[in-house]
Amino acid sequence: MSEETKASSPKQPLLETYLSTIAEQVSDKAVIEGYINEANNHLPTLIIAKEFWHQVAELLKNDDSFKYDYLMNLSGVDYESKMEVVYHLYSYSRDEFIAIKVETDRDGGSVNTVMDIWLGADWQERETYDLLGINFTGREISRILLPDDWTGYPLRKDYKPYDEEV
Amino acid sequence: MFNILSEPFSWINLLVIILVAAAVLGIVLVFVMYAIYFERKVIGWMQVRNGPNRVGPWGLMQTMADVFKLLIKEDIVPAKVDKFLFLIAPIIAYTPAFAIIAVIPYSQKIYFADVNVGLLYYGALSSITITGILLGGWASNNKYAIMGGMRSVAQMVSYEVPLIMSFLGVVLLTGSLNLREIVQAQQEGMWFIVPQFLGFVIFLIAGNAELNRTPFDLPEAENELVAGYFVEYSGFRFAFFMLTEYVYIFAMASLMTVMFLGGWDAPFEFLEFIPGIVWFFLKFLLLVFYLFWVRATFPRVRTDQLMGFAWKVLIPLALLNVMLTALFKTLF
Amino acid sequence: MALRTEEMLLNVGPQHPSTHGVFRLVVKVDGETIKEAIPVVGYLHRGTEKLAEDLTYTQIIPYTDRLDYLSSMLNNYALVQAVETLMGIQVPERAEFLRVIAMELNRIASHLVWWGTAILDLGATSPFIYAFRDREMIVNLLNELSGARLTFNYMRVGGVKWDAPKGWINKVSEFLPHMRKSLKEYHKLVTGNEIFLGRVKNIGVYDGETAKNYSLSGPTLRGSNVKYDIRKNQPYSIYERFDFDIPTGEDGDVYDRYMVRMKEMEQSIRILEQAVEQFPDQGEIMAKVPKIIKAPEGEVYTRMETSKGELGVHLVSKGKDKPYRLHLRRPSFINLQILPELLLGRSMADIPAILGAIDIVLGEVDA
Repeated sequence: MSEETKASSPKQPLLETYLSTIAEQVSDKAVIEGYINEANNHLPTLIIAKEFWHQVAELLKNDDSFKYDYLMNLSGVDYESKMEVVYHLYSYSRDEFIAIKVETDRDGGSVNTVMDIWLGADWQERETYDLLGINFTGREISRILLPDDWTGYPLRKDYKPYDEEV
Repeated sequence: MFNILSEPFSWINLLVIILVAAAVLGIVLVFVMYAIYFERKVIGWMQVRNGPNRVGPWGLMQTMADVFKLLIKEDIVPAKVDKFLFLIAPIIAYTPAFAIIAVIPYSQKIYFADVNVGLLYYGALSSITITGILLGGWASNNKYAIMGGMRSVAQMVSYEVPLIMSFLGVVLLTGSLNLREIVQAQQEGMWFIVPQFLGFVIFLIAGNAELNRTPFDLPEAENELVAGYFVEYSGFRFAFFMLTEYVYIFAMASLMTVMFLGGWDAPFEFLEFIPGIVWFFLKFLLLVFYLFWVRATFPRVRTDQLMGFAWKVLIPLALLNVMLTALFKTLF
Repeated sequence: MALRTEEMLLNVGPQHPSTHGVFRLVVKVDGETIKEAIPVVGYLHRGTEKLAEDLTYTQIIPYTDRLDYLSSMLNNYALVQAVETLMGIQVPERAEFLRVIAMELNRIASHLVWWGTAILDLGATSPFIYAFRDREMIVNLLNELSGARLTFNYMRVGGVKWDAPKGWINKVSEFLPHMRKSLKEYHKLVTGNEIFLGRVKNIGVYDGETAKNYSLSGPTLRGSNVKYDIRKNQPYSIYERFDFDIPTGEDGDVYDRYMVRMKEMEQSIRILEQAVEQFPDQGEIMAKVPKIIKAPEGEVYTRMETSKGELGVHLVSKGKDKPYRLHLRRPSFINLQILPELLLGRSMADIPAILGAIDIVLGEVDA
């Protein structure tokens, strides 16, 4: 089932180009997995290794085969065994979308910041830190939506609110 | 009776003077009450809504109710203010406003003090109010109040200059600073609004700025500074500041009527059976309506644009006006 | 002798007449010039994303209403669009038309509130009343349609909840020429006014590249000469059937963003005229969906254009009737990031103008 449906996706050749460019420019260990998300309009999705994320991000912004200048969305997801940060990017010049996932540990995990590449990542990273506890290295981070002296990260699956009985 | 000031001093005369002053104060207060009501109604109608219409027939008792409310409020003097200055500021702001009314001639027979330097008296006293406002802002010991006070003072000082200069043209044409003579000169010739149209426009704009009204009401901008220099005042002291503003509207509109619109003079010969005071009143109301109209329509001017406008536009125009008048006077 | 001056730390908000809600701005001023501005948000954070993990998809819809409470219909659509994309549901035509008409009416209403409050902040009190008078008509129309005046809870996964009452479409088509006339009057009253122009021209300027870098969207992006509107570039629902323009501004200042929104209102009227004309006389308003809506396992990110910008929904589903993770990409939150940069070096009096042009609604900033 996988090979035929994968081959029939119109974005498959694009995905192959992405994989090879990243393997050349950064490292062949940078991409852990690449696939097409068919439900989401055949969105090419790449899972990038944490260590190479900043370099890959620079590549995505500046390289001609990518030119992703617009960060649409930055979300954190708590899969109980790991935490994941999902980036959705768009290129105005090429009119193409891409999704990137970076995985990290559940407790004390951190991901490299991309605020220096896309300024719009600033508050979204702070929100992810605030609600999920994923740290972002390479920048000053502070809470944004919750008060500064809040303990705990509410969006985590194991979050125990203070007044549970109420 | 109006020659009482030139008679020798006697206690009866003093009593009469005090009573008349109290009566005038009463009239001015009634004017203020109904000016506030009129303003709310007019602005309401311009905004497709009724103004106040519940308290009394057609809402006429509204301001009375508001003033009564202000008077019975607790007199809150915040703990950290400079007590003496805080208490004195509204008084310093209000007194000149009332004192100015003495020199304005309302009609041929009705005037209070026939001062030969009437116009100068007006210009001098109106500047004292500025001190009161600065004191109010400073004494409140509050960042917003200080900012509002400073802005207000900067604005009022800048606009005093074109205001005074705009009536230099009228003085040149009349040859006197006496307000009664200015009206008499207009009775013989034509109303000064025609030869001095530039002066009139400058006075209108500068007067609006002096009064701290929209579009020049940045010092009171609720949206930015939450009421500026009188943010810490409540109750009766706040009423004092509001009173100052409206009494100034009275004073400025009367002055404009006297200087540019001919005072108590009727516009056409055949209408002279209508008493002068009624004409005065009508012209005065027209100017007051204009002030309310402008308030309902325009947005606010920013501080630096406001100052720039005063110094770079109005003052040169006022100087131009004076020069042209002088030129005209010499040549004809 | 040099004068010793000190910088003053001024706090604007959270209770303040002009910050459009509970928004706090800590400003460091030197005289009247702003040296630094730090926005503090989160006063209206209600934990929508966490709550969504315990609610079925239909139950989440009223929560989306309360994000940008001035354009509830548009927020409703964002959520149902995400679920429908994941499930692959095809919405019937009449429902799509009802959705588009409701959304465009809501867009006009939201822009009217923006216009009234932005001009009110600049000092003119009358336009606010006029704007709300027109908004009242729109709100009455939507009240007849959905039963509520502000938080409509109108759309469902697969269609809409209520059909248009008899004669409703005629009322909409009667409203449109009236709105066109009102817009002309608004331009006459405000747009040409010298004082207004002095307050908004050449204030808060940024170019298209900066806008893209800050992830701005909506009129804040289009004001800087980037011709991009999700309704035209990646059409969703039935927007491809309508003919409309994308207004852009050239200089990227507050005035351009103002004009973009005013012209957007005109374009919305255009879309509405076409939608009312093409409205199908009969049809289903709901597709065949199971009673309990279970989205298949998967992940999806969908986006749409609300009055504030791009509202995106990132939905992760594990096959249950409740989402595993629902993340809302909120345009007001992201558009607000550029505020500190725009305020640097300007005077205090520019804050209302610049903040008004970004057009934030606190419900959306804080979720």
